[in-house]
Amino acid sequence: MTFLQFIFYLLAAIAVIAGLKMISVKNPVQAALWLVLAFISTAGIWLIAEAEFLGLALILVYVGAVMVLFLFVVMMLDINVAEFKEGFTRYLPLGVLTALAIFALMYLVLGPERFGLEQVAAPAETASAQSNTLALAVPLYTEHVYAFILAAVLLLVGIVAAITLTLRRRPNTEVLYQDIDKQIKTRAQDRFEMVKMPAHVEKPLPEKEKEE
Amino acid sequence: MIALSDYLIFGAILFMISMAGIFLNRKNVIVLLMSIELLLLAVNTNLIAFSHYLGDVTGQIFVFFILTVAAAEAAVGLAIIVLVFRNRKSINVDDLGTIKG
Repeated sequence: MTFLQFIFYLLAAIAVIAGLKMISVKNPVQAALWLVLAFISTAGIWLIAEAEFLGLALILVYVGAVMVLFLFVVMMLDINVAEFKEGFTRYLPLGVLTALAIFALMYLVLGPERFGLEQVAAPAETASAQSNTLALAVPLYTEHVYAFILAAVLLLVGIVAAITLTLRRRPNTEVLYQDIDKQIKTRAQDRFEMVKMPAHVEKPLPEKEKEE
Repeated sequence: MIALSDYLIFGAILFMISMAGIFLNRKNVIVLLMSIELLLLAVNTNLIAFSHYLGDVTGQIFVFFILTVAAAEAAVGLAIIVLVFRNRKSINVDDLGTIKG
């Protein structure tokens, strides 16, 4: 067993255990943290598979952004942790049976008989100077540029959808809102009027006050 | 050397775990969403393994787009959960059965 293999199996074992803990712990905050561990070890496996950019992007995007969003939502909702696992034992046999059946089917197709080292030879190691980011970027910006732009639009739609869904307008008696339409439509002559008035000349001060 | 089947079986195990998670966690929509994220991770691992062993970078580009879509999906899904909780004071899956179908 080479060192790389040892690292691979270690990371795989950590990811599997973290996944199992994630679906079985009671507290959703703990579940999110176990999922973070699973993401980090899977990112290591992606690094072993020479997908360096995606491995780091997984940590940055998932661990850094999506899971923090999950934790924020878990903390915002005031949920009753005690009743979460009520149906757990009831669905356990069905869940385990279905999962094992799916795994057996996958193993029959993806097992070592079809995808072992004899069938698919291990690829030659790429030189360390060769950049995975560059190899990913060139087709992304040339061949798949349309999909790339669509992905950007999709993220924008996601932002707008998330904000409009959670935005809550409270009555104006509680909170004062800025009405941008009204502000833009404001004209100077509605608010400010020039009025012609006769000049008013001040009387000179009396002598007595001047002396003081 | 690590065989391609090792990656594929690792992906299959993750897929199995997250499927079991979807079956078992009927009380908590948030853990359900997390299971879906783990499911996508398993699929992405498969794509990256094939991309590595076939020497074709297109698989990694697919993973890139799946990550994008999954991030948008998580944001919208969590927004919906916040809305549901605000209206019903619960995120139990069994309480959300008003739309019969």
